[in-house]
Amino acid sequence: MTSTFDRPASSFLSWIRSDLRAALCFGYLVLLVLLSAAAPLITHYSPIEQTMDFLAPPGADHWLGTDDLGRDVFARVVYGTPMSLYASFLAVGVGLVIGLPFGMLAGYCGGWFDAVVSRMIDTLLSFPGIVLAVAVTGALGIGLTNAMIAVGIVFAPNIARLIRIQTIVVKNELYVEAAHSFGMPVWSIILRHIVPNAIQPIIVQVTLMLAGALLAEASLSFLGLGVQPPWPSWGQMLARGYTYMEIAPAQMYVPGLAILLTALAYNGLGESLRSRLDPTRLGRG
Amino acid sequence: MPVLRFLFWRAMQVIPVIFMATLAIFGLVQLVPGDPAATIAGEYATAENIEAIRQSLGLDRPAWEQYGTWLWNAVHGDLSNSLLTGLPVLDEVMRQLPSTLLIAVLALVIAILVGVPLGILAATRANSMLDRVVTGIASLGVAVPNFWLGMILVSIFAVGFGWFPTTGARPLTTDFWGALQHAVLPAATLATGGIAEITRQLRSSLIEVLQSQYVRTLRAKGLSPALILWKHGLRNASLTLLTVVGLVFNHTLGATVATEAVFAIPGAGSMIVNAAINKDFPIVQGAVFVLVMIVIAMNLIIDLLYTVLDPRVKKD
Repeated sequence: MTSTFDRPASSFLSWIRSDLRAALCFGYLVLLVLLSAAAPLITHYSPIEQTMDFLAPPGADHWLGTDDLGRDVFARVVYGTPMSLYASFLAVGVGLVIGLPFGMLAGYCGGWFDAVVSRMIDTLLSFPGIVLAVAVTGALGIGLTNAMIAVGIVFAPNIARLIRIQTIVVKNELYVEAAHSFGMPVWSIILRHIVPNAIQPIIVQVTLMLAGALLAEASLSFLGLGVQPPWPSWGQMLARGYTYMEIAPAQMYVPGLAILLTALAYNGLGESLRSRLDPTRLGRG
Repeated sequence: MPVLRFLFWRAMQVIPVIFMATLAIFGLVQLVPGDPAATIAGEYATAENIEAIRQSLGLDRPAWEQYGTWLWNAVHGDLSNSLLTGLPVLDEVMRQLPSTLLIAVLALVIAILVGVPLGILAATRANSMLDRVVTGIASLGVAVPNFWLGMILVSIFAVGFGWFPTTGARPLTTDFWGALQHAVLPAATLATGGIAEITRQLRSSLIEVLQSQYVRTLRAKGLSPALILWKHGLRNASLTLLTVVGLVFNHTLGATVATEAVFAIPGAGSMIVNAAINKDFPIVQGAVFVLVMIVIAMNLIIDLLYTVLDPRVKKD
């Protein structure tokens, strides 16, 4: 193990201090978490209460105007933030829970189990991602949690494939052989040696996947398969805003920008992590 | 003939993948919580209605038997009937598929035509101002929700300037120019992710080649930069490009789901969404099946092109 994770807290701080992009992205994401936690303090409007003030233009009262049901758009953007964070982390979490054990066991055990799992991975990777997510959501039932479980299922083969390759590399290392020779049990070898040494590329991939999950949530909610009304989500707000594009353009731009910036932050953090964890890749984007 | 044997062997490898794909697609209905027949029948169904649906879909039989029947019929071109319209699923899907393929293929062409020059431009001037601008745009392209970009394109070019129709699609066979005109904005929307991905990957793989030992040797030998780029850089980078194009096609086909909603295109993507909302599972299964077959066919073509471009693959 390199020094990266020896003293996590202090090495994290020095990394954030030395990498402006990482600091900006991380700061923005922390801001989103604070925004989610403190939403009622930031806006006194309710995100779901309807008023007779339809499609009001942006102004002092309503910073971003109101939507077609008279709801404050700024409040809906703010209250949509926790939905997006929840969605991204849930999808990636589900992907990890399914993908890690399968990929790791396939890589470690080899043989017929590896052959079957590898074929399964190949197969699932030939499904267009969002299409599979839509189909699985339809089967599980419409709603944000089900939609994100579906996205997690779509991510799982990607994670499994990556960890499988890493596991194969690590299991042939001398220290694993040594652990074998003095009788360390297999599960203990996996937990103590394989996981910590194979996990680095997964950390990068997971950060990048958060962006993918966010965009998938936006698409699914836009299509009406994710967050259900009256609760707001950025993707679903875009669907409403699109209908009134010519009367109230502000509604269409702000949620989209929020999605774009958040996806950029996840990706930026992922790329910074990649160059941090693998210095040989520096300057190769 | 080692080449022919390789091709045959590679084509044979597709069979287990197709087999597993059918298992996964069939398994979709098994994900329905509770009683699928009751879910399909809806809120106001009577017990007889539910029983009738169970009988007609064969849900009363064991899962493996259902799968066997489904697979047998699928092999014979029968993907069963839509629960809503009662029409054969395959006919329905084939009716809507051309609109989806048109925008997806057009998007892929745009992505290659824009992404490849941008990638070369950035790689040959690595770390210059131009390179930073190109990589910056590519990062934006990966992070932008493309259906949102579609909305913006509609508001500028269709509503604002009136250059393109806002929504809908025309059949390519009867109204060629109309079809293309309707496909330009959706294809441009779909192409953004592909452009970004192709630019990024081609740039990094070209930089890798251009910084390698043998290119340094060639330069020392006095070969012109243009010749090195053409004969060695692009030749090697084309393999990366092929892989990326395969992935991009897969993503693009997936992204049609949201893009078709923005442009109100009656394609296979919007068909899957509507069917998923209305719990018309035969349509969902059938449309996903057809799209997956297209992706598998595309992957096979790409693998075959690999053997043409990379002599090493043939030897194995």
